Amino acid sequence: MEYFVQQLVNGLTLGSIYGLVAIGYTMVYGIIGMVNFAHGDIFMLGAFAALIVFLVLSPIIGFTGVAVLVLLLAMLVVAMLMTSLWNWTIERVAYRPLRGSFRLAPLITAIGMSIFLSNFIQVAQGPRNKPIPGLVNDVYTIAGISVSLKQIVIMVVTAVLLAIFWYIVNHTPLGRAQRATEQDRKMAALLGIDVDRTISITFIMGAALAAVAGSMYLIYYGVASYNDGFVPGVKAFTAAVLGGIGSLPGAVLGGLLIGLIESLWSAYFTIAYKDVATFAILAFVLIFKPSGLLGRPEVEKV
Amino acid sequence: MSGQPLLKVRGVETYYGNIRALNGVDVEVNQGEIACLIGANGAGKSTLMMTICGSPQARTGQVIFDGRDITRMPTHEIARLRIAQSPEGRRIFPRMTVYENLQMGASLDNLKYFDEDVKRIFKLFPRLEERQSQRGGTLSGGEQQMLSIGRALMARPKLLLLDEPSLGLAPLIVKQIFEAIKELNKTEGLTVFLVEQNAFAALRLSDRAYVMVNGHVTMQGSGKELLANPEVRAAYLEGGRH
Repeated sequence: MEYFVQQLVNGLTLGSIYGLVAIGYTMVYGIIGMVNFAHGDIFMLGAFAALIVFLVLSPIIGFTGVAVLVLLLAMLVVAMLMTSLWNWTIERVAYRPLRGSFRLAPLITAIGMSIFLSNFIQVAQGPRNKPIPGLVNDVYTIAGISVSLKQIVIMVVTAVLLAIFWYIVNHTPLGRAQRATEQDRKMAALLGIDVDRTISITFIMGAALAAVAGSMYLIYYGVASYNDGFVPGVKAFTAAVLGGIGSLPGAVLGGLLIGLIESLWSAYFTIAYKDVATFAILAFVLIFKPSGLLGRPEVEKV
Repeated sequence: MSGQPLLKVRGVETYYGNIRALNGVDVEVNQGEIACLIGANGAGKSTLMMTICGSPQARTGQVIFDGRDITRMPTHEIARLRIAQSPEGRRIFPRMTVYENLQMGASLDNLKYFDEDVKRIFKLFPRLEERQSQRGGTLSGGEQQMLSIGRALMARPKLLLLDEPSLGLAPLIVKQIFEAIKELNKTEGLTVFLVEQNAFAALRLSDRAYVMVNGHVTMQGSGKELLANPEVRAAYLEGGRH
């Protein structure tokens, strides 16, 4: 029982990270109907931005006591800014010129962008794994279950971000403009909404969440690599599909489920096949329930 | 009735791909007027409405609003000049509530006059008040039509473009809507340009009217003149009156 609960805690931690990345997939899909395959690499860029901040700051301020807090905050903020800038630029140069083109064009471009980003980091930062020392190492044991401070930080940060994000989408003029653009781009423009700007902001928001996920991935595993964008990225995409692509609560739910499945599979079956388990789900969902758990069916009454 | 031309459309040609939908259209709407455009299905009426809003843009010719050339302006900037449209097919945001749809209409002023204006809309269409927290996609066709018009009015337009406001509505509600349009025109000097299949009601309401056939304006005059015109009567009125 304790072992099981332990796996749940681990799974939820991992799931939080997937969920944050999945939101980026699902939002972009919702608003322009395109799977942004470069989003996983945006997540990886976030991890590297955080890594660089750590490497620059930690010799100056150290990483004990209050310094850790400053360090974490700086990593998150800089990663969010840098990554947003990257994603904004990518949308401007690679996706926007293809708007109105055939559906496959931006998809292929996104795959190209993904390869470009991981290769760029490989060349610029080197192909080896980049380790960082453990930042928050406290572990608490509650009723036989050990919960690390890292895990708590990850879950709390995720929860706070999701709350802010949920509020923006549902209760601000910006969120309304995003939903309107998603539902009928032409009508949104007729009402004075700058559709291109709204789409840009969506990319920026997705990137900021991915950057947080990337930073926390770095802190959790203590290592970053240029190809970190691929497998976690596809898993987050699986999470988005499982939850119902286009649905924001679905992305979070999907992320948590994928995290849970992965850690439970690793705990009770063979760890070597954990990715098989995840991607088998992708295949099953696509075959039997393409609209996902919380997604809406494609056909709609008009 | 008379005044400066608020909207001037000159020699406009609009294409969908290689197909020419508007074939040199000239239309004028004066400040404070109600103008209407009648014509059969596929004549290009809705295309003209959308071309005024820059979506699609005219390939040749000019659209001038309030003395400014808006032919090449992006759609959202045209909207910011206070041209509001209730477009063909109503285009309600289906997964937003009625209330949110109205909020979208008021996004130009960032909801500054929202509370005041929404009361007015609810007075005009009490049905919308009853349904305010319902999703747009679940409304009936007539309710969606009211919402579409209400949403356009929320923008406090200088020029209101209505594409078939009577479509799918019960005759009683059509009457109500036309009365509301007249009222807004009279009390607030709202300039209205409407496209209608219901030619009789539209012509009776209008200071100025145009007939469109195959992307051309073939006839124009005051509403009264066209109502009396035998050709118009034969083509659009006889048998169609209710």
